[in-house]
Amino acid sequence: MRSKHSFFKFLAVVAAVLCFVAKGYSKEPYKIGAIFAVTGPASFLGEPEKNTAIMLMDQINKAGGINGHPLEIIVEDSKSVEADAVLAAKKLLEKDKVLAIVGPSTTGESMALVPVMNNAKTTLVSCAAGYPITNPVNERYWIFKTPQYDVSAVDAIYTHMKKHGITKVGIVTIATGFGDAGRKALLSEAPKFGITIVADERYGAKDSDMTTQLTKVKAAGAQAVINWSVGPGQVVITKNWHDLKLGIPLYQSHGWGSKKNIELAGKAAEGVIAPLGRLVVWDKLSDKNPQKALLKKYEQDYKARFKTEPGTFGGHAYDAVMMVVDALKKVGPNKAKIRDYIEKKIKNWPGTGGIFNMSEKDHCGLDMTAFEMVTVKNGDWEILK
Amino acid sequence: MLTVLMQFLFSGITIGAVYALVGLGFNIIYNATSIINLAQGEFVVMGGLLMWFFSESVKLPFFISVILTILSVGLVGLLMERLTIKPLKGAELLVMIMITVAVSIVLRGVIMFKFGKDPYGYAPFTAGEPVIILGAVIQQQVLWVLGITLFLIFLVYLFFNKTMLGKAMSACAVNPLAARLVGINVSKMIMLSFILSAILGAVGGIAITPISLMEYDKGPALAVKGFCAAIMGGLGQGMGAVVGGFIIGILESLTAGYIHSGFKDAVALVIMLAILVFKPSGIFGSKSVLQVRKF
Repeated sequence: MRSKHSFFKFLAVVAAVLCFVAKGYSKEPYKIGAIFAVTGPASFLGEPEKNTAIMLMDQINKAGGINGHPLEIIVEDSKSVEADAVLAAKKLLEKDKVLAIVGPSTTGESMALVPVMNNAKTTLVSCAAGYPITNPVNERYWIFKTPQYDVSAVDAIYTHMKKHGITKVGIVTIATGFGDAGRKALLSEAPKFGITIVADERYGAKDSDMTTQLTKVKAAGAQAVINWSVGPGQVVITKNWHDLKLGIPLYQSHGWGSKKNIELAGKAAEGVIAPLGRLVVWDKLSDKNPQKALLKKYEQDYKARFKTEPGTFGGHAYDAVMMVVDALKKVGPNKAKIRDYIEKKIKNWPGTGGIFNMSEKDHCGLDMTAFEMVTVKNGDWEILK
Repeated sequence: MLTVLMQFLFSGITIGAVYALVGLGFNIIYNATSIINLAQGEFVVMGGLLMWFFSESVKLPFFISVILTILSVGLVGLLMERLTIKPLKGAELLVMIMITVAVSIVLRGVIMFKFGKDPYGYAPFTAGEPVIILGAVIQQQVLWVLGITLFLIFLVYLFFNKTMLGKAMSACAVNPLAARLVGINVSKMIMLSFILSAILGAVGGIAITPISLMEYDKGPALAVKGFCAAIMGGLGQGMGAVVGGFIIGILESLTAGYIHSGFKDAVALVIMLAILVFKPSGIFGSKSVLQVRKF
């Protein structure tokens, strides 16, 4: 009897020790907040971003976490609304005590978070493109962003045009935030490249025919037409351009980079030119390209898990999450050090959007070299040399 | 110059054909119940997306896909009436219209879950280069849409004016009590009107998707313009919705062409308001009918 008792005691002690040891192995999780427009009008951005963040979290934890700490990404839906983005940020900062926040998806939401993050002295890595998100940089101490500037995409287009002797351009932009930002960049950059905008046309997000706008552009004597939009509009305008046989090249924005667009536009897409991030053309890059390996892995993993391509926008979340993860790996859970690491140590850092070079003067770290000029040939992308 | 004008007109006809086809759908339910069905846009979206599903995803032949699409969307119309409109018997008209808004939101959600947020499209009914008239081009599919619209107006006209069923249906809207007294099954007629409206919407969706593509949230935009077309021409008038649709489409296109594309929606709607101020019953509507109606 007696020996049986001591055996149970022994078991209890072993169990207690095991519990203690097990607890010691699973260190405190590192918490990162994520705010994406998972629903609402900007959900075409938020959905791939959310998927990407969750996929990265699972992959990192499967591989043992960050220095033994599990990574916990808490995703909040901003519903594409600025006020909800602010509420989500306050919840993440005060209740969840996150170390940094990635997102939000749109420029408006990101701007709304600038004062919140500066007050909370916590890093924000935005997934939106707008110039004012990270400028003026001395008032954006805690704010970074991963998408290329609209201006960089415009510069890439204009550089290509200049090389081909195009000086008179007609622009057609969608009447949404994306189109407004693009239009502004197109108008402001044109003089720097000696380009004249001879027609400046708009259309609605749900319009079904843009032949009027294209006819006007052609009649104004443009040598090329630039369309700046995301969504079905860019396919409809491509079909119209093909039907009209305008005889001038069609350039699209960096929003064009989805195989779906080529499928929907069919042979009308042949010859369309656009500045695209390297994610969509990773298989056509040389093996020496530092981005190739990570682009391949990201695209294939994403496709395997979500049965669709991640697109440029998912890539923005990839870069944002990985920057924060890199910082956590090197400096641990210290908010100020995370910020300093991203500003000072993200140099020659290959991401999906390009090779990042952050600095005190630039909290985006990308320029027009992040883009390749890509055309559509035989239903596939082809990089223009 | 003529070529440019022609191109603007063709663009207007393309846009107008879409509005007309959507506007047509509003009339049937209105004629039978005086309800404005604000879920009409979702019927159109379902028409386009289900057609894609049957023809591109399941890869059924064209005509079988069309029939299956029409049957499925007709079934949705039937369910909508039986589950949301019928239980509210005797509710105020405005309440009924609010219900159709609710249904449209639910349908949009369901469509989003099934199809996601991407746009869908399929090949035009006939392949080939667009038609060129006086140097201006018009897509073949637009001619299909025009033909289908005219054919549908003709059918709707025959139905409401030459068949007993159609006349019985109109009677329900004018005076449901009197209709019941003369032996018309009002409840059945209302159900039938929802089915027919859904079918018209589905045909519209099938025809316009090759032109404009279709995605889950296109419904409200289509419904607003289609509704404008219907009230401009005179609610309840089949021909009215078509004329209204083309007027709005051509006005939009001419505004975009000769003033600026940024103003196109505004100018078209201002002119629509002006027409309604001078003739509140719409171009083809008659004042006396409007007074009998509740809405």
